Amino acid sequence: MASPEELIRSYIAQNILFSNDGYPYADDASFLGENIIDSMNILELVMFVEETFGIAVLDQEVVPANFDSVSKLAAFVRRKLVVAA
Amino acid sequence: MSASFGIKGLELDVSEEVERITRGLRLAVHQTLHRQGAVVGISGGIDSSVVLALCARALGPERVVGVMLPERDSSAESVSLAREIAAYCGVQTVCEDISAALEGAGCYRRRDEAIVRLFPDYGPGWQAKITLPGSLLSQETLNVFTLTVTSPDGREFSRRLPLREYYQIVAASNFKQRIRMTMLYYHAELRNYAVVGTANKDEHDLGFFVKHGDAGVDVNPIVHLYKMQVYQVAQYLGLPEAIRNRPPTTDTYSGGSTQEEFFFRVPFPILDVVWLGYEQGVPATEIANALALSPEQVERIIADIARKQHTTAYLRMHPIVIDSPSGQART
Repeated sequence: MASPEELIRSYIAQNILFSNDGYPYADDASFLGENIIDSMNILELVMFVEETFGIAVLDQEVVPANFDSVSKLAAFVRRKLVVAA
Repeated sequence: MSASFGIKGLELDVSEEVERITRGLRLAVHQTLHRQGAVVGISGGIDSSVVLALCARALGPERVVGVMLPERDSSAESVSLAREIAAYCGVQTVCEDISAALEGAGCYRRRDEAIVRLFPDYGPGWQAKITLPGSLLSQETLNVFTLTVTSPDGREFSRRLPLREYYQIVAASNFKQRIRMTMLYYHAELRNYAVVGTANKDEHDLGFFVKHGDAGVDVNPIVHLYKMQVYQVAQYLGLPEAIRNRPPTTDTYSGGSTQEEFFFRVPFPILDVVWLGYEQGVPATEIANALALSPEQVERIIADIARKQHTTAYLRMHPIVIDSPSGQART
């Protein structure tokens, strides 16, 4: 099973960056600070993690601390999976 | 940077600015565009009222037409205030109810289809609006839209908008601005006039407009002015108080969302000062001191400004031309 990091990188590369070279940034690169994604893509990411990992994301959880890099999003997903287990 | 940074930085020399804009309007309309007058879409809001008054001053009221474009979801106040400002400026008005055109294009039906997928009870008599999370001053949530509907008996229900429904509601609602644009051009071409736009800097630079809708104009006389500066011009021109004191609304959604809750997320007196400081390279701590905010609050507002500029950049682009051997696009 692919790790959350791999799934997130792959989703962004294919659906947001339309990149032929995978996800070309570091896992801790800021999505918004480095213009990797824009505000509209945030909602796309919320839906992606809900559907892919079977978790429910609350409005108050849609904050940069959870959604602003591959590492932060993967850590958020792991925390949610632990709570849901 | 000067220690005196603050709201005073937004203060215009209003008389000089009004003189400059009216001179520019005359040049643009008569000399550059070779049109004989101006058509302005008027909503009773501060921006269109200021532009109407500037056009009347620049071109003479007899060469300006104010067009009111209400539809089913418009507030009645919009038309009455629009008539008030037109009378104040001595300008002729035309009222075009665009509801039938919107009905024909399927605006309401397409929008309501998306709403019903989220709220099956939604129907006639209900109201709907889209909002962003609460004020940026109190929390650092990202810009995820919420749909709020209100039943005829006043019960309110909210849900985060999934992408499919968000896109459909916005795409359908944008018929309103685009039909308005076509009606303004009808009235402009009928008279050999230009269409004069009403966007201010906040709306244009942060992307609070519809491409080829309200942005479809010939001249943009106040697009360089912060919203707070538009108020200064309104005061200088002596516009009626009812117009100067009206909270800015979207006048697009039946639920009547304000521009602050739909898009900007902070009051204009704060947003504009922070933005001015950001543009001038003033440190966040200094901006914070001027506004009695924390540096973290200022940083949040600046981050939101930068994100909106980035996210909406495509709205401000001209059509892209692909004529190089490599296929590389250019704007």
